[in-house]
Amino acid sequence: MAAPTKRMIRYTLLRALQMIPTVLLVTVAVFVLIIIIPGDPVLSMLGYYADDVTAVPHEIYDRMFRELRLDRPIPVQYLYWLGDALQGDFGKSVVFRVPVIDVVLSRVPATLYLGTASLLIAIAVSVPFGVWAAVKNDTWVDHLASGFVLFGIAVPGFWFGMIVILVFAIYLGWLPSIGYVPPQEDFLRFLKHLILPATVLGLDVAANILRFQRTDFLDQLHQDYVRTARAKGLPGQLVIWKHVLKNSLIATVTVVGLNTARLLGGSTIIETLFSYPGLSRLLIEAIYARDFPVIQAVVLWMVVLVVIVNFFVDLIYAYLNPRIRYATA
Amino acid sequence: MALLDVRNLTVDFDLGAESLRAVDDVSFTLEPGEALGIVGESGSGKTVTALSIMRLLDPRARITHGRIWFDGQDLVTQDESAMESIRGRRIGMVFQEPMTSLNPGYTVGEQVAEVYRHHLRLSHAEARRRTIEMFERVKLPGAREMFNKYPHEFSGGMRQRVTIAAALACGPSLLIADEPTTAVDVTIQAQILSLLGQLQRDMDLALLFISHDLAVVSELCTRAAVLYGARLMEVGSTDAIFTAPRHPYTDGLINSIPQRGQPLQGVPGTIFDLRTPPPGCRFHPRCAHARPLCHRDVPEFTRSPANTPGERGHVYACHYPLDSSRG
Repeated sequence: MAAPTKRMIRYTLLRALQMIPTVLLVTVAVFVLIIIIPGDPVLSMLGYYADDVTAVPHEIYDRMFRELRLDRPIPVQYLYWLGDALQGDFGKSVVFRVPVIDVVLSRVPATLYLGTASLLIAIAVSVPFGVWAAVKNDTWVDHLASGFVLFGIAVPGFWFGMIVILVFAIYLGWLPSIGYVPPQEDFLRFLKHLILPATVLGLDVAANILRFQRTDFLDQLHQDYVRTARAKGLPGQLVIWKHVLKNSLIATVTVVGLNTARLLGGSTIIETLFSYPGLSRLLIEAIYARDFPVIQAVVLWMVVLVVIVNFFVDLIYAYLNPRIRYATA
Repeated sequence: MALLDVRNLTVDFDLGAESLRAVDDVSFTLEPGEALGIVGESGSGKTVTALSIMRLLDPRARITHGRIWFDGQDLVTQDESAMESIRGRRIGMVFQEPMTSLNPGYTVGEQVAEVYRHHLRLSHAEARRRTIEMFERVKLPGAREMFNKYPHEFSGGMRQRVTIAAALACGPSLLIADEPTTAVDVTIQAQILSLLGQLQRDMDLALLFISHDLAVVSELCTRAAVLYGARLMEVGSTDAIFTAPRHPYTDGLINSIPQRGQPLQGVPGTIFDLRTPPPGCRFHPRCAHARPLCHRDVPEFTRSPANTPGERGHVYACHYPLDSSRG
């Protein structure tokens, strides 16, 4: 095992190093956000809409001006901001009057729970269903899968979400329609609040994944190596789940990766529809309230998340397709 | 008793609106330890015959007639799980395309070791040890280091050695090799052929060797069967077939073997479309010796007497066979 493992470690380290410039570039973009916003940044930070300097008392304006280090050159401002950000200091929320980091961290768990639950539902539904549809190509199973994909892609999430609320929360009264309960408070109620939004979100993502999973699996099923594996006497199920699945997952992992970043960043529509206090809703609230430090922090979180998820997707690629490991290392 | 006895094998393809017969009433036998070459052009039914024995036919294909007796069992009537215990354990198969016939996602060692683990229920360590032994047997240089390599790091010839190792891992009594050297360089081709010949002798293996190249078959096999347009034209010892072919098609194939200083000869015309086979002898549209009878009647098999004791004779399907005393 020595050689492949060493190559994998080398590849992982190289790929991790590549994240650093990407993340730095992202921080520059997020920092510039405050500068390019039309109007006086001090007033923006203080939550004023008009560029009316006279509306703010002098002392407050000057203190803010120095606090934001606007008297320094922009690159220096950036370095200070970055230094603070690395220590988790994104300033104070204009609206909540508490450190931004506390506001953001209070919303992260809700989004992570919802995102993870939806992702698990999506994978649990799409991968086996995709394999089944491909193996039973052109039978009722396959048609059912195609119907599901069509439904998932064509039907908007907010509409499906409303129907689900109507049926399960209002008509049947089985589950609550809105809100969130932290798991440490009451785990059962936490689950009850999670089921509907996670299912709506998960099935939407499942349709996306299934589309790729089925096509790619079907393609792999006709490869020569499948016939070789069967000629070796391996049982059909082993050939499918060991030989074909690994090669078919490359496309799937791409789609799962894209959706993971999306889900862990929070789904605006679903969080709004279910009044779910996640990051996306925080972002919307912050945008309405012109709470720029909060916007900065949430956007930074979402982008860094994409970078990290892509890192893991690349590692999985290298596991699935050994050629990638060798090309880089 | 013959190890493999294929009798009147007939395979039909259902292509929706139309259908075609890819193998039509083909019979031959293979004794233990014997090497039989199946020769023919593309589309003559060689590969379909091989895949019928493995029962790995395309889902659109069906064995509509005939029996495939292997070691006393009729493979045509075996269910899938019975076939799984025969494939890879009692019959190994090597395919034409070494570049695509291995799984790119697993190491070559794993792709051989899994055969040991599955059929012989060996542990991971034991399977690994046996795989390295097998790699040495197929003369993979540095067998131990090769275990953890991936197929993309190998040349075509080395990959073909890996597929041979996988096919022979459990010591089968029959190896089917479907054009194993067609996709590799000529120099490598010679190496692979001599390796197959050596393994066949060492492991007392019956070999069903499929090729479009009669010259290659004559090198490796003691007997040859010539297929044309899904039907069997001639079967006999390679010696007899080479020195005194009775069927004009076989004669044409022999003349198509390139020889230094000789102008290249081929069989004139092209093979017919299997969806619309010609009546009578299938070869008559391309045959220089064809007479009206050939257009009308399908020739029966004729057996010419065995020249030496123990030889199973020479069978051909032709109304007007070539003279056996020439050449």
